[in-house]
Amino acid sequence: MIRSATPVTMIAIAAALALALALPVIAPGYYVQFASKAMLMGMLALSLNLIVGFGGLVSLCHGAFFGLAGYMLGFLTPDSGGASLWLSLPVALLTVAAVAAIIGALSLRTRGIYFIMVTLAFGEMLFYLFHDTRIGGGSDGMYIYFKPEIAIAGSALLDLEKSNTFFYVALACLVGTALLIRGLVRSPFGHALVAARDNERRALSLGFPVFRLRLAAFVISAMIAGLAGYFSAAQFGFVAPQLLGWHLSATMLVMVVLGGMSSILGPLVGALALIGLEEVLKSSFEHWKLIKGLIIIGLVFALPGGLQQLAAMLQTGSSQVPDLGADVAEPVPAPAGEARSHV
Amino acid sequence: MSEILLKATALEKRYGGLKAVSGVSIDVHRDEVHAVIGPNGAGKSTLINLLSGDVSVSAGAVMLGERDITNLAPDRRARAGLGRSYQKTTIFQNSTVFENVRLAAQAHGGQALRLFGSVVRDSNVNARADSAIAEVGLARRASTIAKLMSHGEQRQLEIAMVLATEPKLILLDEPLAGMGQAEASSMIALIGRLKFGRAILLVEHDMDAVFALADRLTVMADGAVIAAGSPGHVRNHPAVRSAYLGHDHGAAA
Amino acid sequence: MDAITFAVQLLNGVQYGLVLFLVASGLTLVFGILGVINLAHGAFYMLGAYLAWAIASYTGSFALALVGALAISFALGVALEEVFVKRMIGRDHLAQVLLSFGLILVIDELRQILFGKDVHSVAPPSWLQGSIQLTEVLSYPVYRIALCLVCLVLAVAIFYVIQRTRLGMIIRAGAENRDMTRCLGIPFDLVNRYVFAGGIALAGLGGILVAPISTVFPGMGDGMLILSFVVVVLGGIGSVTGAAIGALLIGLTDTFGKVFFPQVSSILIYVLMAGVLLWRPNGLLGKA
Repeated sequence: MIRSATPVTMIAIAAALALALALPVIAPGYYVQFASKAMLMGMLALSLNLIVGFGGLVSLCHGAFFGLAGYMLGFLTPDSGGASLWLSLPVALLTVAAVAAIIGALSLRTRGIYFIMVTLAFGEMLFYLFHDTRIGGGSDGMYIYFKPEIAIAGSALLDLEKSNTFFYVALACLVGTALLIRGLVRSPFGHALVAARDNERRALSLGFPVFRLRLAAFVISAMIAGLAGYFSAAQFGFVAPQLLGWHLSATMLVMVVLGGMSSILGPLVGALALIGLEEVLKSSFEHWKLIKGLIIIGLVFALPGGLQQLAAMLQTGSSQVPDLGADVAEPVPAPAGEARSHV
Repeated sequence: MSEILLKATALEKRYGGLKAVSGVSIDVHRDEVHAVIGPNGAGKSTLINLLSGDVSVSAGAVMLGERDITNLAPDRRARAGLGRSYQKTTIFQNSTVFENVRLAAQAHGGQALRLFGSVVRDSNVNARADSAIAEVGLARRASTIAKLMSHGEQRQLEIAMVLATEPKLILLDEPLAGMGQAEASSMIALIGRLKFGRAILLVEHDMDAVFALADRLTVMADGAVIAAGSPGHVRNHPAVRSAYLGHDHGAAA
Repeated sequence: MDAITFAVQLLNGVQYGLVLFLVASGLTLVFGILGVINLAHGAFYMLGAYLAWAIASYTGSFALALVGALAISFALGVALEEVFVKRMIGRDHLAQVLLSFGLILVIDELRQILFGKDVHSVAPPSWLQGSIQLTEVLSYPVYRIALCLVCLVLAVAIFYVIQRTRLGMIIRAGAENRDMTRCLGIPFDLVNRYVFAGGIALAGLGGILVAPISTVFPGMGDGMLILSFVVVVLGGIGSVTGAAIGALLIGLTDTFGKVFFPQVSSILIYVLMAGVLLWRPNGLLGKA
């Protein structure tokens, strides 16, 4: 269950928000763009944690939802100018929702290791769909020359081409996502989701429709990932099959674990930390991925509770190592008329 | 005769060539405790799992009132009014008593899965949780973390969770397992009170408890019913005596 | 399609399936026995191919490349089990996913440092070069036939070990009920180590054997990883027979899919997987 935020946390959130609001004024343009990118990654991590942290389901296809929404923006952007956001964003998100509903309905028939493998495979299916066929420019990807237009009655409301405006839109999306996830986790839906994670069999015998519950969480989470992917594609003006690949999904999982899965905002902190770290490593080492890999291995063994555990250790001086906490649900014997599980 | 709340007919469960349960028919009436006894391996737990839907049936039918629930998944049976407890306590250890029961109460509400709005403030759910907690006698422990309570209290909590789903029929799988004398007698008293307005199917090894509680008994051995009827009838049934004496790990202890 | 073309495609499909089986059987055994999910399995397949290329181009001998790359793969497996994997047993799947993702990044980058990122080809041994002329226009490379035979022999050997030997008995018992086997006084640490190292060696061997008929390139591991996962999902975790059936199904589906439905061939195997998930969520031979 989620603890209420302490005063210290509240102050930290307020300070971070104030800093974010002031950033375009105090920092050079490069940092503003970088911060926009990092915030979109943060949204991605927040969305994934709904499924991984609160649902106990390790999904490896969220990168595909991120990339798919980007491609949708690409398809909907005309050659002559920007696509209308009012049209292209809903279409992109509904497409992602439809694909996620199909993938989720199939994957959620399985549990544990199977679920990981099946989501990975379906995610890669989308990757190969864009990589091996001519859809969206094949393996070369496609350019999006114009950012989506936000207009009311023909007059532009916001100009996303301006990096400061884009930054504030991304910030608004991020804050909205955090509030949405907070609301979901505290709602009856969220409580039922966590109950199914902790003891699936018990949740079922109390009468919770676990399959539908998880499917809804999966689709919502995919749509948020899609929202991040849409704006990410708009920011970079380019989409390629690699965006859908599972390495991005795995990196998202690293962000979630790094930040800590038991809190709503932890994954955001993890995302910002990892993106920042990658940026530093990239500029300092040619073989930065080697170091990233070693850091991930170190995280698994030394700091499975992520940065939250580090903070707790610094406060109390203890170094008790908890396990990651997801995927602890007991195996359930075959129920009638429902998906069956083992392992 | 009072209303039949649960009726199972010719239930069968095969695992490959092995029949864990075969040809078992049983019914439970309103306001009654119907106990199922038998030696270890008789198929009692399988029977409960067949009735709750945790295990799918190979043949036979299960009716809850007028409704055929044979092919319903466990969650749909629960929503139809069938509650169950498990042999091994399955509460949410890190939550408080109230949180555990509120979750159960929420499952039965009309808005079990609302996406928005706080659970904490749903007064209808809270009221049902409170009354279930009071019914099992845990009112003073409502804000205690579940894992910090005694084994007996945890079993009581499990019953409270079942009650909060407002079941017509309750399946109790060895509710006295692992309890001390004092805990057991208060649990027996509790079960005795629970049956009014509901129906209870009880699987239990403690024969004192069974004969104190049961209005009717069904005796199983090797997956089949060998005797059924009133406690007095069953106690003197020759097949029952030989079934218990024939198994040297006899569970009558 | 005439009979000869059909036969050639059939042979291609079977040969593809056999290689898939080699790689996936290692994966499914590691899942089944250790209960550990290893996303780095494909990386060892890629590494096997690069090692084979490096040794072959240094010594000029494919036989040395085969032996050397296989030995290195096995040794790597033993070392990784000792250092990392044995600490992963019993940890949750998320930790296992992250560890193997970290390993992939490290292996990929080490490959980059040691061998670069160029695409290479490896020459088959001279006595296996050349083709058999089937018709005037169709011929079939000798190496591919030899590859089929080698894979078949290996598959038979794997089944023999699993079904007939004491080690196989322990492996089957372990896949059936890990806790029970542990109670019986079986040296599980040792079994775990050799199953894991054996699985890695099989992945590496797949890469080595495929090197002469396909190119050696950095991304080859990812593709193989996904295919092996689909094989395991089709066959059921821990089931070697299931892996064999799954691998052949995928080999044939993919090969004939490319012939008959070139537009959608790349997603056909996923459609197959979706169908099996609807029908039997735990795989064709998985435990219900």
